[in-house]
Amino acid sequence: MVQEEGRQITVRILRGEGVKTQEVEYQVAVEPGWVVLDVVLHIQARMAPDLAVRWNCKAAKCGSCSAEVNGKPRLMCKTRLDDLDLTKPVVVHPIKTFPRIKDLVTDVSWNFEVNKKIQPFTPKKDAAFIYFQEDIDRVQEMRKCIECFLCQNVCHVLRNREQYQRFVGPRFFVRLAGLEMHPLDDADRLKQIEEDGIFLCNITKCCTHVCPEDIHITDNAIIPLKERVIDKSYSFWNWVLQPFSSK
Amino acid sequence: MSDYDPIDFDVLVVGAGGAGLRAAIEASARGLKTGLVCKSLLGKAHTVMAEGGVAAALANVDKDDNWQVHFRDTMLGGKMMNNWRMAMLHAKEAPEAVYELERWGAAFDRTEDGRILQRAFGGHKYKRLAHVGDRTGLEMIRTLQDRGVHQGIEVFMECTITHLLTDDGRVTGAFGYWRESGRFIVFRARAVVLATGGIGKMYRITSNSWEYTADGHALAYQAGAELIDMEFVQFHPTGMVWPPGVRGILVTEAVRGEGGLLRNSLNERFMQKYDPERLELSTRDLVSKSIYREVQEGRGTPHGGVWLDVSHLPADQVIKKLPSMYHQFKDLADVDITRSPMEVGPTMHYVMGGIQVDAETGASTVPGLLAAGECAGGMHGANRLGGNSLSDLLVFGKRAGAGAAEFARANSGKAGFDPEQVRKAERELLSVFEAAQGESPYDVQMTLQELMQNNVGIIREGSRLQLAIDELKKLRARAAHLCVEGSRLYNPGWHLGWDLRNMLTIAEIVARCALQREESRGAHTRLDFENTDKTKWEKLTSFARKRDGQLEIGTSSKGEMPPELKSLFA
Amino acid sequence: MEQNIAVGKQGWLGTARRDTWWVEPLLILVGLSAFGIYSTYSAVFWDYHFEIGPYLSPFYEPLLVFDWWPFSPAILILWIPLGFRTTCYYYRGAYWRSFFANPPACAVTGWEGKNYAGEAKFPIFVLNFHRYFMYAALLLNVMLWVGAVRSYWWQGELGIGLGSIILTINAFLLMMYSLGCHSLRHLVGGKLDCFSCSSCARTRKRIWDYITRWNEHHKFWAWVSLIWVAFTDFYVRMVSSGVFNDPNTWSNFPRP
Repeated sequence: MVQEEGRQITVRILRGEGVKTQEVEYQVAVEPGWVVLDVVLHIQARMAPDLAVRWNCKAAKCGSCSAEVNGKPRLMCKTRLDDLDLTKPVVVHPIKTFPRIKDLVTDVSWNFEVNKKIQPFTPKKDAAFIYFQEDIDRVQEMRKCIECFLCQNVCHVLRNREQYQRFVGPRFFVRLAGLEMHPLDDADRLKQIEEDGIFLCNITKCCTHVCPEDIHITDNAIIPLKERVIDKSYSFWNWVLQPFSSK
Repeated sequence: MSDYDPIDFDVLVVGAGGAGLRAAIEASARGLKTGLVCKSLLGKAHTVMAEGGVAAALANVDKDDNWQVHFRDTMLGGKMMNNWRMAMLHAKEAPEAVYELERWGAAFDRTEDGRILQRAFGGHKYKRLAHVGDRTGLEMIRTLQDRGVHQGIEVFMECTITHLLTDDGRVTGAFGYWRESGRFIVFRARAVVLATGGIGKMYRITSNSWEYTADGHALAYQAGAELIDMEFVQFHPTGMVWPPGVRGILVTEAVRGEGGLLRNSLNERFMQKYDPERLELSTRDLVSKSIYREVQEGRGTPHGGVWLDVSHLPADQVIKKLPSMYHQFKDLADVDITRSPMEVGPTMHYVMGGIQVDAETGASTVPGLLAAGECAGGMHGANRLGGNSLSDLLVFGKRAGAGAAEFARANSGKAGFDPEQVRKAERELLSVFEAAQGESPYDVQMTLQELMQNNVGIIREGSRLQLAIDELKKLRARAAHLCVEGSRLYNPGWHLGWDLRNMLTIAEIVARCALQREESRGAHTRLDFENTDKTKWEKLTSFARKRDGQLEIGTSSKGEMPPELKSLFA
Repeated sequence: MEQNIAVGKQGWLGTARRDTWWVEPLLILVGLSAFGIYSTYSAVFWDYHFEIGPYLSPFYEPLLVFDWWPFSPAILILWIPLGFRTTCYYYRGAYWRSFFANPPACAVTGWEGKNYAGEAKFPIFVLNFHRYFMYAALLLNVMLWVGAVRSYWWQGELGIGLGSIILTINAFLLMMYSLGCHSLRHLVGGKLDCFSCSSCARTRKRIWDYITRWNEHHKFWAWVSLIWVAFTDFYVRMVSSGVFNDPNTWSNFPRP
């Protein structure tokens, strides 16, 4: 145990490389207003110089410092110590769903591979790019995503069911919804969205609960996409009217 | 031990923020094999933190706006220190750069008639900043990122470049390590574009992330390139000051753009004293100095800042236009900004100085080496206007990408380098593991930050700059004996040890350039030379370069503007 | 010196969470089970206690009595709200958690293993046809309003009773629940990519805005309407079997 002077709290960080891990306990003197990331960086600077952690902006804008604090998926830079029960040790684990590299750093490269497969913005030919705020509000909500991958981490379809081959995860349904709802986008991704596993989602909404950007992932991205896919491929009316449609 | 197969590229871009991504997209669009290296994950670069907007004279809101006015604002904001060619190209090309971004899928806020909305910002005569609430940078980097990955750019994430490899004075490759595994990696490239951003982590109070360790500046300097304007370091007027954990985190200028007011502890709108015309929307250098002065003279808030207030605006407007500020204060400081004022103070934000580049192509003074974005110098002169950075990234990122592509085409023969360079680089990086005892890199960095904050900060003085230069020498000696614990696997201590060298090198250049410029201008304020010297220093640019292994500091005279541009200032 | 603590593997219901994460799924489990038991009982053991005076239990609205149907008329009605609520996006999430532990709560381990199809395969895929139950439920909602209005009218005399108020509130709550439906939200405007492209689209956007507002509180309306509809049936049952005395303005209100 490493000890310091001042207002003491106990922190346990899951450390180790790959699958070999253990919690290591530190006693830290903290300052007012500190967030969990402050504590982790303090430990890194004073006690464990090789403690691996990802962070960048420290202001909840970049989505780098995702972790599980006392079992809850959160951004460390947004988790204030004041909001935690400090009579017990603060337990910091890396996000569980992705393979651990070292300490709090995990291999999230799968997400970047998935992103490459999404058909990008495809504007209508000769689009004049005149559109209105009311057209873009929904799209802007989707584009708030900071790619912290907390939704990917908490979603049981990935976390417990390991459907990496069949399911792109909430983050990419958010991206797809932003593209599909764009007033000027001309591509049709609905067939792909079904193959991307939209119906593997059983709407348990954990992605929405953990989203630090407060994107209503389930209500405003996933469910509208489900409805669009049903419209396209499973609509009773389409089925009835199909013989009469001129296509 | 150093038999690495170099990875071959036509163009290698170092840094994946706005400028790096834009450069890579351009080079790759021109059919060249392009690699992109970044220290963090893709999309986490500092651009993501840009909030207020991207400045471009679209004239969507104020019909009178045009590139000449934007050019004039930029030059006046930069206190005429800017490279006028860059400022001109920037003002002319920014609108097209914004429209291009929109065509690639960026969803900017809209005007009533369905076009890109623009907001007011400090130093801009007209409403000029295209924006997306207060997360414009995120929109920009995500748009570029998605564009880039579909163009076949090969991205090397969490990879740090530590050395540029040269052949007979021309840059032909780069050496670095994977942060994840600690293994080394060698690139061979016909042209290398540096887009590494700034130097913020040498200051204690800064809005910059850990990545901002002057890497590009130092790489270029070591390769023999010239740096200019390094004394001009921008302190953003409004960073958070309380609680201590958040000190320095940026409070966007858009707060003032949307109508936020600055007050001191006596409830006075003190900007009426310092700039009665532009008030809160004065240029950043002036607002920062004013806040500094109010606090120094005892009219500051309890934690040494001033009040920034939007509580007189309708709450739903604040939440709609400044959502991340609303959440930032609510989550991190327990302040509801729709009801109570924010406590703010200056925070180190940006370096105007950087690698000297050719305005048209981004080429540095070393063949095969180009630069764009914050690590390039000249565009912003002595003080950058808010919003001009994002447009700078787009305009000069594109130009540097094109410049690199052209250079690579013109020099299509095999690019080589002496393998001894690789072996030497390797030895340098591994030496810290051999020391059984030594300094902690974190301690040295903390001392450096304290030193720069106190002596090379907003307000400077000859004696303190000299002190800083002397102390930096001692720090360099300490940094030569670092000790690193643990293995090469994702080891931040080891990484910082190397970044520290870059920061120490560039910190000295900043201090020496600041000592050299015996006047006050823009972001550079000297207590011992309080006046702006229009006869001598207005015509001189300071430079720094490595000659025969030694740092050389000097001045060169600036180019004259052509009469048609000059007449804009009549 | 560092103190190292080995971490155990997380199995069934394993989590590092420290809050009382199990309370919500447990409440939902109890709440839905209680409603299920009560409504089944009330519908199956119908013994004609579903109607008195101008009041008709919502389980039986509209009253369908046929010679060929020997069972409770409620069964002819209840499949609609049952189907509507079973396929409802809110309830699906709720019972997947509470009844099937799939997952039990966020970041709590439930069933593991790659053998998982979510709602992608028949018969569970049928849950996705929520919209068809929604059409029927909206129709039923109109009938409930008719029933509510009728409850102010007894033997040619306009009046009001506690039962009329309860029935009116019931119709209102069920309406709020139905109008916040995700499928309805999609059909009225959510499916459009451009809200400003025609005057029709602009109108649909305005309706979509309202539905969005109600949809944000879908969970609230789902629970309040569920509890109230059960209470309404219970109230009518109690009045018609003489346990409660309905205060009202009618002199000739029937005595059970």
